[in-house]
Amino acid sequence: MALLRITSPHAHGPQSTSRVMQTVLLATIPGLIALSWHFGWGSAINIVIASLTALGCEAAIMRLRGRPVMFYLKDCSALVTAVLLGLALPPLAPWWIVVTGTAFAIVIAKQLYGGMGFNPFNPAMIGYVVLLISFPVQMTTWPAPQALLPEATGLPNLWQSLQIVFPFLSAETIDAYTAATPLDVLKHNKALLIDQLYATEPVFVAGQYAGAGWEWVNIAFLLGGAFLLYQRIFTWHAPISMLAALFIASALFYDGGSSSSLGSPQFHLFSGATMLGAFFIVTDPVSSTVSNLGRIIYGASIGILVFIIRGWGSYPDAVAFAVLLMNFAAPLIDNYTLPRTYGHQKRRKATEKPDAD
Amino acid sequence: MRKTFALTGGVHPPENKLQSLQLGIGELPLPDTVVIPLQQHIGAPAKPLVNIGDAVLKGQKIAEPGGFVSAAVHASTSGHVSAIGHHPVPHPSGMTQLCITISCDGKDEWIEHSGIENYVTAEPTLLLERIRDAGIVGMGGAGFPSAVKLATDRAIDTLIINGTECEPYITADDVLMQAHADEVIAGVRVLAHILGNPETVLIGVEDNKPEAFEALQTALLNAQQDGTQLPNIEIVDFPTRYPSGGEKQLIQILTGKEVPSGSLPAELGIVCQNIGTCRAIYRAVAFGEPLISRITTVVGEACDTQRNYYTLIGTPVSHVLNHSGFHTDKCHRLVMGGPMMGFTLNDTSVPVVKTTNCLLAATEKELPTPPPAQACIRCGMCAEACPASLLPQQLLWYAQSQNHEKLEAHNLFDCIECGACSYVCPSNIPLVQYYRAAKGEINQHRKDAVKSERARQRFEFQQERKEKVEAEKAAKKEERRLAAQKAKAKAGTNEGKADDLIQAAMARVASKKAEETPEQQRAKLERLLNSAENRLKVAEEKLAVQEESGTSEQQEQAKAKVEAARLKLADARKKLAELDSDAASNTQNNTAQTTEKVQTAENEGSAAPAATPPVAPQLTPEQQQSKLERLASSAEKRLKSAEEKLQAAESEGSAEDLAKLKDSVEKCRGKLQEAQQKLTVFLSGATASAKPATEQTSAAPTPAAPIPAAPQLTPEQERSKLERLAASAEKRLKAAEEKLLTAKDNGSEEEQQAAQEKCDAARKKQQDAATKLKEFNAQTTVDGN
Repeated sequence: MALLRITSPHAHGPQSTSRVMQTVLLATIPGLIALSWHFGWGSAINIVIASLTALGCEAAIMRLRGRPVMFYLKDCSALVTAVLLGLALPPLAPWWIVVTGTAFAIVIAKQLYGGMGFNPFNPAMIGYVVLLISFPVQMTTWPAPQALLPEATGLPNLWQSLQIVFPFLSAETIDAYTAATPLDVLKHNKALLIDQLYATEPVFVAGQYAGAGWEWVNIAFLLGGAFLLYQRIFTWHAPISMLAALFIASALFYDGGSSSSLGSPQFHLFSGATMLGAFFIVTDPVSSTVSNLGRIIYGASIGILVFIIRGWGSYPDAVAFAVLLMNFAAPLIDNYTLPRTYGHQKRRKATEKPDAD
Repeated sequence: MRKTFALTGGVHPPENKLQSLQLGIGELPLPDTVVIPLQQHIGAPAKPLVNIGDAVLKGQKIAEPGGFVSAAVHASTSGHVSAIGHHPVPHPSGMTQLCITISCDGKDEWIEHSGIENYVTAEPTLLLERIRDAGIVGMGGAGFPSAVKLATDRAIDTLIINGTECEPYITADDVLMQAHADEVIAGVRVLAHILGNPETVLIGVEDNKPEAFEALQTALLNAQQDGTQLPNIEIVDFPTRYPSGGEKQLIQILTGKEVPSGSLPAELGIVCQNIGTCRAIYRAVAFGEPLISRITTVVGEACDTQRNYYTLIGTPVSHVLNHSGFHTDKCHRLVMGGPMMGFTLNDTSVPVVKTTNCLLAATEKELPTPPPAQACIRCGMCAEACPASLLPQQLLWYAQSQNHEKLEAHNLFDCIECGACSYVCPSNIPLVQYYRAAKGEINQHRKDAVKSERARQRFEFQQERKEKVEAEKAAKKEERRLAAQKAKAKAGTNEGKADDLIQAAMARVASKKAEETPEQQRAKLERLLNSAENRLKVAEEKLAVQEESGTSEQQEQAKAKVEAARLKLADARKKLAELDSDAASNTQNNTAQTTEKVQTAENEGSAAPAATPPVAPQLTPEQQQSKLERLASSAEKRLKSAEEKLQAAESEGSAEDLAKLKDSVEKCRGKLQEAQQKLTVFLSGATASAKPATEQTSAAPTPAAPIPAAPQLTPEQERSKLERLAASAEKRLKAAEEKLLTAKDNGSEEEQQAAQEKCDAARKKQQDAATKLKEFNAQTTVDGN
């Protein structure tokens, strides 16, 4: 009788890593729809290019490392990185931007550190920051949301979009309409009160709180995040504390809507990559902290850093930088935020020596 | 309704309890043999009380507790002991252990047994004795001897009866509560009585066992209606969640308290007992039945019949399975216990033991082979599931890197190995396995650390002791030095005296020297020389070291030492040389003296003819001679006077007188003749005896002569000694010359000089020795002639 001999537990839950990753992918759909609705086919094209690049790079590296390629491709972690980067990049960015960023994220930021589970930094954010520093022009060019476009033109269709992304597909250059993002507008505002700004700037005029299109994109990502929370893919600690910290910081510095105001709390919560960051980037388990208290500190720190960089930094958005900075700090936070174990009076420090007990 | 507290973490795996609840508790036919392990509990193994071949009855004690924390073992049916030896036992390692095998006779004949009357009022110690005697152990899984657990010296205010049974598939406690609720309630009474009637008595049941809950409620009500005095028993149900049946977890759920890390529930005034144990205690106390049977769930798709059985302890698992329609080909994993904390069996010959609550014969579909583990993505689902609030992902990380310090800081030892983390891990990492291995490693390290700590202490103590001895030595040395200094200072004030003292000492040395034989002196001097040479060598070596690494002061000191040693060496050499020359002249003198003495002896020998007294040994020959002479002369005198008297008588005396006088003259003449004869004889005898003596003395040749002068050494010996001396001197010269050469090649100037000196000294010695030998030879030649 060939009986299997392994140690307990013998039962296993239904969860698997690839299922976790697939759920995350599923949760990005509302965001993708919102992005496509307001900015056209660009994000979808980004995602496709990024996914193909990511899978290719992952397979190549696994080949080089002598590991079973399909086993690692099936965990979908490369796909998640690709999709998140594709969502974060400006729609209709040139194809080589997407390829470069994705390749860097997978090969350098993930695989060179040991692959899934061993990367100290969020690969998608590394890819994003590398691109932002290397190609600032392409990275800060956002297409205008549908609401701002002239009625007659509308968003470029799929073929046009592809021609924009792959310039070699058409003989003549197709220009896309671009517009400053709400964050840019606010950053460069020196003279107007916030109310005046909202009344005059077309991007704000067409929107409610945080500019046309953008607020809907953020709401969509918030929905996706809520779904993941419901699915218990991650805990509320990191995203909620990040949003809360951002809310509190922006409320403190709202300044009653003066011309030097850094923007209202609603504005900060629903513009830029706030919700994408809060529910899809900050929650990346590999590069974040492990305990619940640690996640609260980690998330709150990211929220504050986002506000600081948005308010006083030289880059329009800040999620990528803030996340990477806190990735650095995560192991440190982990050392001092162990949960209180059953039967212990208080939490211990990971740096304690065993005989100190 | 009592307020319950939420379990920290936990999981809710599919319960799978219905399969085995469809039928009531079944009876199994008697097996052919039962195999009863001597250790089915935590603690020392039991000691057998029976021998092979002994007939045993059901319930007979066949092994007694092997220690305080141990439990007795009883025959579960009647028969005879067919083997006492190692047999595979239910253990994760698949190991064997000492077991008593009983061939059943099929009669299932009970030994005489009886319960304690009025067990509710009996002395608790008596009840504990009975529980211990009945071999009752915790039947929930751990198998801790119940009597030990109940004999706590702490004041217990809460008794908790664990009817949780949180593991999937297992229904043994569920059916027990349904079928024997009254016995459970009675058992609770016994337990409460033993523990001094604690204020709170709680029976905890998960809310997935409503029938059991109802049955207990009914039994409790019935008991209350019967008018029996009952403690304040509360039956509490709470949400189903694994692992709420863990002792620590159940305490948390029911009381909100946490058992402090590393201590027992008794410290909180809480005692926890399993529902099965509770019933077993009742049976033991009320009926005198030892723990020989239990309810075991047989479940899994590989069995046609899935139900609970009353199973005799020691029944082979194969017997149980065969009666349940077991399909070997379908069974993929055979688990004893539940799917969360049970362990796999690979041998169905192992027996059912006191802690066997379930046999899970699972198909591949029920418990599929786990897929290969993926990397940990630190998703934290394990931390959410952990009932002890640990960070399993961090523990895994540090277990893999064998970082024991971090593991302990992360409270690895508070892990109860419930398996909730592994259950939820999306990467299929066998986390609990890592923790078990890490715990084992750390325990081993701790043991090793204790050992090495002991070794370190020993070593340090030894070092301390050595240092103490050294310090004492140094202190003594210092004392002596100070005393010497003091004496010196004293001497400085009284120099004349000191001079006298020195003179006296020198005189003593000289006289001592004079007393010593030349050989002794020589040996002494040679020793001195040797030691001086050694010292010089050591001093030179030290100097070399100091020249390399010492301070200038140290170098100076070392140089001075070398110089002193050199001086001493030269002194010793000089003395030796002196002694040698003395010895040479002495030898010459001795030879001369010897010759003289020989001559004297010769003279003496020839001048002592009377020396040998032949007759009267007490008198010397001279005395004898003089005596004889005196005798002769007196005889002559008498003769003379007699002759004179005769002449006078012839001229004027009578004839008679004349005759008389003639007679006396004749007599005197005879006497004289006799005396003269005697003297002659004596004289001739003395000459004859004196002659050989003289010859002997004169015949003794020269060789024998020197003996009185130099008694130890014959000239031959003397010569050989001198020859040896010469040879050794030559050897030394050679060695010194070689040394000189090496010194010239690579030594310092000082070394060269020293070597040169040595070489010169050796040459001188060699020449000395050669001269001496020559002289001696010449001397002996002269003597020989």
